[in-house]
Amino acid sequence: MRGLDFPWRPPTVPLSAPPEHVPAALGADFDTDWARRWPARMVRASIIELLWRPVVAAAAQPSRLGLDRLEALDGEPVIFAANHHSHLDTPLLMTSIPEPWRHTLIVAAAADYFFPTRPKGFASALFMGAVPVERARVGRDSAQEVAGLVRRGWSLLLYPEGGRSTDGWGQPFRGGAAYLAHRCDVPVVPVYLAGTRKILPKGRLVPAPGRTLVVFGDPVRPDPSERIRTLGTRIEAAVAALADEVTTDWWKARRRAHTGTTPSLTGPDAASWRRAWALSHRSRPRRRRWPR
Amino acid sequence: MSPRTASPTPRPGFVLEVERSTPPILFHHGEGFRLERLPAGRSRVVYPPSPLEGLPDPAGAIRHALEHPIDSEPLPALLRPGMKLTIAFDDISLPLPPMQRPDVRQQVIETVLDMAAAAGVDDVHLIAALALHRRMTEAELRHAVGDRVYEAFAPSRRLYNHDAEDPNGMVVLGVTDHGEEVQISRRAAESDLVVYVNINIVAMDGGWKSTATGLSGYQGLRHHHNVATMLKSRSFMDQRSSELHHSNWRQGAVLRDSGPRIFQIETTINNNSFGTSGSLSMLQKREWEWTARDRATFLAMQGGLQVMSPAARRRAFQSWRAPYAITSVQAGEVEAVHKVTTENVYRQQLVAVEGQTDVLTMGLPYICPYNVNSIMNPILVMCLGLGYFFNLYRGRPLVRPGGVVIMTHPTPWEFHPVHHPSYIDFFEQVLADTTDPVEIEARYELQYATDEWYRHLYRTSYAYHGVHPFYMWYWGAHALSYLGRVIVVGGDRAAVRRMGFAPASSLSDAFEIASDTVGSRPSVTHLHLPPFVMADVS
Repeated sequence: MRGLDFPWRPPTVPLSAPPEHVPAALGADFDTDWARRWPARMVRASIIELLWRPVVAAAAQPSRLGLDRLEALDGEPVIFAANHHSHLDTPLLMTSIPEPWRHTLIVAAAADYFFPTRPKGFASALFMGAVPVERARVGRDSAQEVAGLVRRGWSLLLYPEGGRSTDGWGQPFRGGAAYLAHRCDVPVVPVYLAGTRKILPKGRLVPAPGRTLVVFGDPVRPDPSERIRTLGTRIEAAVAALADEVTTDWWKARRRAHTGTTPSLTGPDAASWRRAWALSHRSRPRRRRWPR
Repeated sequence: MSPRTASPTPRPGFVLEVERSTPPILFHHGEGFRLERLPAGRSRVVYPPSPLEGLPDPAGAIRHALEHPIDSEPLPALLRPGMKLTIAFDDISLPLPPMQRPDVRQQVIETVLDMAAAAGVDDVHLIAALALHRRMTEAELRHAVGDRVYEAFAPSRRLYNHDAEDPNGMVVLGVTDHGEEVQISRRAAESDLVVYVNINIVAMDGGWKSTATGLSGYQGLRHHHNVATMLKSRSFMDQRSSELHHSNWRQGAVLRDSGPRIFQIETTINNNSFGTSGSLSMLQKREWEWTARDRATFLAMQGGLQVMSPAARRRAFQSWRAPYAITSVQAGEVEAVHKVTTENVYRQQLVAVEGQTDVLTMGLPYICPYNVNSIMNPILVMCLGLGYFFNLYRGRPLVRPGGVVIMTHPTPWEFHPVHHPSYIDFFEQVLADTTDPVEIEARYELQYATDEWYRHLYRTSYAYHGVHPFYMWYWGAHALSYLGRVIVVGGDRAAVRRMGFAPASSLSDAFEIASDTVGSRPSVTHLHLPPFVMADVS
């Protein structure tokens, strides 16, 4: 059924459709409070450790780099901002993010995609700790809801691109991570993921096992006097620098970061075949131990 | 007295911002359909409003309008024994698709004739005001005016098609201050009263265009059916900015001063083209509102269409009769009536759209005004897309200057040999030489307009006039000069190239081709029609 598209399967409801057609209890209005209570957290912790971890280990064989950069955080709530290629990204991160954040983690999930029906919303909230976020328009209500949770000590996993990559290149970061970090005054941990698209790209149902890389970056702290847009640019640049780091080396990446010549995550602004061409020339992530 | 109109305002049209959760969007594709995904985050879809409620008592509303006209004496007061009465009515090109019986024209004409009979009027003629369109067949006339009227008037040759090439049947009433000749049917000119029965389906219809165009001939039409007029009409769906209408209105002033008295009856219908229930109802629903039954019907229909021959598909589509309902009827003085009519058309069709777009997409359906019960040939594809749909705006075009229009239609290299003989030669001879409307007009128009064979076929067969394909090409002249590129998805490649457009096999290919003109991430707007929608672009 999932491989079929409309009209073989029921249509999804666009967020900008007239409100009379959006069921009130679904989408951004889906109630997820129950999923952050102890019984649900216990279930989720069990799922992470007993289901996601072996599945991820088998299918993704992750190498986790830069965990030492998180030590300075002292366990305070943070926002993890990662690039997004695959549905595998979330299980991979849920099993890679270290304690104490792993089991106090909520995941910002697209309200239209993860909460269109009650069963799907229930599964998203329970298995991922997902909270609905409107991605197609400025959703003050959902942003306030998430900000409130961060202030209460929850850490947030968020994909600023707003959705999975369609062609292997990243998409421009949206302002959600910067807005929440600025508003809640919490640091943003940039995370770069590589390899998940090969295993489970958008549109594929069955994963093809492969290797992945999870690179955590230095936390980006918001400056109260800085504009949200500037903070957003810093976050995107930090993730891009991590990508550069794993495709070249740390030194080259740092030099390019300082000279503002870090390659963009979004690839060339050109026709689709040229983007695909350019992607094929990109260096593949190398399996290595770093830092030594 | 204000005319009676339907009161409730149902769900208005709206503009959908396409995001990832937007289902594929329906594109008409001739005698078929496509479901296409539009790029998320930079696309929008303009949906028409839902059909307005029909008048609860159409017969009563028609009678009321005739007895309480706008800026005119009541119709019964204008009728007297011994007078010459001519009733002219819109031809087969309206409405689209043809409506279920009873046709609006039948309902109005029967009421007018009833009043004429009560007043003792004997000399009554009914004329299908088709200008240079093809003649209507008996079946088509019966459908338009009803069997009762047909059988009462046709056998005695008092119900007939307008003949703009009848050497004794046309007169020139005068010339406007712009030098435009006003030519009209002699029968109408010599009548004491001309009652014009109109159907307004888009804002272009009606007003002085009914009489000054519908009852005219080449001598009168050439003054506004030309490239210069079309280039100055922005758009011809917006009368305030339409040079086409300005010219018709000038001719109308001559008609009013020197011609017969004209009593205009205008009607508007809702946009219930495919029904709110039934086998085609999903075509006028928004995609996310399709029920399981709608989806099953659509899939079955798509499967069925794939195994049908083109001719069978055409017959199936052309047999559709729309369940339109009358939403307003107003009568009286031409210009005063038409103002009210236009407001009622806008009430049904207008949707506010913010700003222009880089790429305008449109799915072209199986029918346009000139291929009812016929074949949609490539010239008509161009006319429908770049003439009609491109011009469905008020204010500014939906697409920016230098933008791209992407149309979906099979565009077969196929012509109806009876209905469109001059189109065949136009396509083979003229377009093979040039696609520039100005050059075409200068070099070829007169030759085709005065060709004796085309004239003979127009008068005695069911052929469009020899000059008609030129007018179709001129209809898109503004779009041709305004756009950076026109792309036809799924069309016959040779036919599309002959017209100077780019063929594409899929919508994504079309976007790829368009990227040369508008870049790799253009904004896209899709006009979701039919049913008709008109964009009020700010």
